[in-house]
Amino acid sequence: MAASGRTPRLAVWKFASCDGCQLTLLDCEDELLGIAAAVEIAYFPEATRGTIRGHYDLSLVEGSITTPHDAERIHEVRRRSTHLVTIGACATAGGIQGLRNFADVAEYISVVYARPDYIETLATSTPIAAHVPVDFELRGCPIAKSQLVEVITAFLAGRRPVTPAHSVCIECKLKGNVCVMVAHGTPCLGPVTHAGCGALCPSYHRGCYGCYGPMETPNPAPLSQALTELGMGKRDLQRIYRTFNANAPAFREESERHDA
Amino acid sequence: MTRKTIKVSYLARVEGEGAFSVVVRNGKVTSAELSIFEPPRFFESLLRGRAFSEAPDITARICGICPVAYQMSTVQAMENALGITVTGPLRNLRRLLYCGEWIESHALHIYLLHAPDFLGYAGAIDMARDHGDAVRRGLALKKAGNDIMALLGGREIHPINVRVGGFYRVPHRRELATLAETLKRARELADETLRWVAGFDFPERERDYTFVALTHSEDYPLSEGRIASSRGLDIGVDQYEDYFLETHVARSTALQSRLSDGASYLVGPLARYALNFDRLPPSVRQAAHEAGLGPVCRNPYQSILVRAVEVLFACEEALRIIEAYEAPEQAAIEITPCAGIGHGATEAPRGLLYHRYRLEPDGTIIDAKIVPPTSQNQACIEEDLANFVESFLDLPDEALRHRCEQTVRNYDPCISCATHFLRLDMDRGSP
Repeated sequence: MAASGRTPRLAVWKFASCDGCQLTLLDCEDELLGIAAAVEIAYFPEATRGTIRGHYDLSLVEGSITTPHDAERIHEVRRRSTHLVTIGACATAGGIQGLRNFADVAEYISVVYARPDYIETLATSTPIAAHVPVDFELRGCPIAKSQLVEVITAFLAGRRPVTPAHSVCIECKLKGNVCVMVAHGTPCLGPVTHAGCGALCPSYHRGCYGCYGPMETPNPAPLSQALTELGMGKRDLQRIYRTFNANAPAFREESERHDA
Repeated sequence: MTRKTIKVSYLARVEGEGAFSVVVRNGKVTSAELSIFEPPRFFESLLRGRAFSEAPDITARICGICPVAYQMSTVQAMENALGITVTGPLRNLRRLLYCGEWIESHALHIYLLHAPDFLGYAGAIDMARDHGDAVRRGLALKKAGNDIMALLGGREIHPINVRVGGFYRVPHRRELATLAETLKRARELADETLRWVAGFDFPERERDYTFVALTHSEDYPLSEGRIASSRGLDIGVDQYEDYFLETHVARSTALQSRLSDGASYLVGPLARYALNFDRLPPSVRQAAHEAGLGPVCRNPYQSILVRAVEVLFACEEALRIIEAYEAPEQAAIEITPCAGIGHGATEAPRGLLYHRYRLEPDGTIIDAKIVPPTSQNQACIEEDLANFVESFLDLPDEALRHRCEQTVRNYDPCISCATHFLRLDMDRGSP
């Protein structure tokens, strides 16, 4: 995918985030040196002080846009990147810090900081795609190692990454899990949540809490009805859709239906 | 008058976004400042109105490098508010999970973030060209820690299995036993790591720090204890806010913590080690001795040695827990929500992590306070720069800048955590 003959250049960028998704690259203990041999890690401040200026073939972007400075910086990243892939729930849906979008940010600042005048922040936390065109969005809070390796491999090979957009329910079936909601009455967002984790929570006897965000064409209303029948009140329903992907449209709209 | 500024506007090989600036006038440091431009995310605000049971999943997202620390301080504080105590195998499983995070996080810092400073590389990938075996050893060690997290926590980053009262699912004895071989190998790798870092060239610099760490009557502290200092402080976790104050400085989206008399203090490996040396198993104390460490280490450049000692400890402790483990009947203690205030403090890889929550009768969070280790170390980092840089001024600019970065990285600062937390400007008055 790079200009002929040159090793493709990889850059990793951070916006408002916990660093967990870029750490996922360093957590690829078995693959890291192989990846470093296949690409030139040209910009990755969490891992190296050496930086190569110029243009990048693949930029992985972590984090959401929450400051005026970052809203400018993302355009610079886009201009310097042939392919831009967002990694994780912050970059793709605004992250947990997107809960401010339902609140008054000035009040949020006053709770944490003695000197609000020292803090420069936007009223909203927004995904990267709200600011610049994005070539691919990788889901998850955090992203899965195997999917990150797939994304890098796919872009090196010049094809689309294969990351199924069906629900966590399908992953449970593939794994042979007993349905925690049907069998145990445990509230679960699996029916509306994007696959990718390998049905992790149900495999540990808990309900899915939606950290991969909405699946393709979800239908949350009947799920909410079923959750109500399990005893969840309006506030509980609102909370369950408002976590790490609270601003993904399908989850946001469903949470707003349950305003107390 | 000569004036020089040493500036690093985006500090590499730390978690999160920070910078620093050191100003030198006539061979004297006149200011040393860390600035943190990591965007604030307002966790203490957004936790209000959430259920107590949601908090461990939410606070994990403060930091992708030490999510278990956040989960552990959260559950301890919540359990304190709700009047329950987790003991026996559930407590030991929490310690085991924490051992996994210590091994993973310390191995990351030793090999990928800090060692390149000592050996003169931009990063571990460059270092691997000449020190391939060492980097592969570091990655294998890191992976062993991650294997504990993945088995017990469900995944390495933001584990899903921790809940207030215990876990969602506890492993069978035979499942945990699968980790034993990995950890026995990891213990050998940790031994090799300690011998490897003991051979590094350390600047001889010491300061008389006030060390602050948890202490515990029996154990090297991970998930519980009293808060103690090297100057005689010994308090319960619920007294933390009486003795430590947070202030807000203009250059930083991180709050700075100081002792109530305004003095700086140091949390993390050096503090834990100095205050709990006698709680380490004899084999680990012996390994520390062979690596050239006494019972107290005041040289921050040797923090990498103490981290390696702690990795060795964590491997041994994990093996001990696995060998003694019998699965409990219940994965968690049943909880009835009630009103209350709860305090929690545990030892994150980078140091003491304090949480306090106030709950409504139905368990909804009214307010939250979280004090991460890096905001506590921020004042100490600035003082180290101010104190040590003068003695390095004969270095050429690039080497001096690098030495300053190394001085900050001694602390393994986690800026994502501390923001509520870093940039290097070095101003040394050009002639």
